Amino acid sequence: MNTADTLTLYGAGLRSRLLLGTARYPSPAILTEAVQAGGTGLVTVSLRRESAGERAGQGFWSIIRDMGVRVLPNTAGCHSVKEAVTTAHMAREVFGTPWVKLEIIGEDDTLQPDVFALVDAARILGEEGFEVFPYTTEDLIAAERLLEAGCRVLMPWGSPIGSGRGLNNLFGLTALRARFPEVPLIIDAGIGVPSHAAQALELGFDAVLINTAVSQAVDPARMAGAFAQAVAAGREAYLAGPMEPRDMAVPSTPLIGKAFLG
Amino acid sequence: MNIQLNGERRQIGAQDLAAALEELGLAGAVVATAVNGEFVPADARRATPLTEGDALEVLSPMQGG
Repeated sequence: MNTADTLTLYGAGLRSRLLLGTARYPSPAILTEAVQAGGTGLVTVSLRRESAGERAGQGFWSIIRDMGVRVLPNTAGCHSVKEAVTTAHMAREVFGTPWVKLEIIGEDDTLQPDVFALVDAARILGEEGFEVFPYTTEDLIAAERLLEAGCRVLMPWGSPIGSGRGLNNLFGLTALRARFPEVPLIIDAGIGVPSHAAQALELGFDAVLINTAVSQAVDPARMAGAFAQAVAAGREAYLAGPMEPRDMAVPSTPLIGKAFLG
Repeated sequence: MNIQLNGERRQIGAQDLAAALEELGLAGAVVATAVNGEFVPADARRATPLTEGDALEVLSPMQGG
């Protein structure tokens, strides 16, 4: 593989195009194994209420720090600009990074992002020095507005979070890729199996963020390894330049020189 | 005084946010704090007085997607 083919996000080079969420693993040990097996250099994390008795967050944070990977804090579960902006401030202090995966949910059944609130929050956070990774849809105008608001990475959904349905709107995602060829685009949400991830990379998306598909697999570490292979294959295929599909058959064996035998 | 800590009613003697964290057993923990929905940075906790009925949010790193 081409070692110069590094994914660069807000000036930081990442060793892998497979990004992993850290939620819903059977145990912290299995999470660590999956991160190692996937070769991932970036994991998403969140903030939740800490209990003085359990201090669960302290243990989790020490596990993440030991992994030696970058963290991307999210604003998961936020439904308003204010909630998301406040969460981002709290995350910046706790995790010590200006990176934030900005997620503002607009509808609870599909967990579809509220792109209007997203643009407002992205603008506020951008002005405050955050480097925003907005969880958005494939909508071209929303993407345009997010870039105008200062985002330099976009995270369009493949399909609803946790649904495992892969790339629902191939036409829309392909159009997004074509419209913004220079912007790092990470498929976030909806990837179910490694073939979905390979497809995303084949189409020219820069990376995929996977959580449930790995954490809820029977063997998460093994599945993380499978995703790593799919991501590598998809990226190589994209760089190699896939053939154009056609409607009619084209013989692959030359007809010239074929014997006349009957 | 009575406050809400992460949505649960608690009685504390502390008069400011930093003292409240100590009293609640969260001194030294990696946490971010908010009072009544407003983020309070770590270095402003000592200068943030608490009053009856305040809602504290004390958040820490957690798994996320």
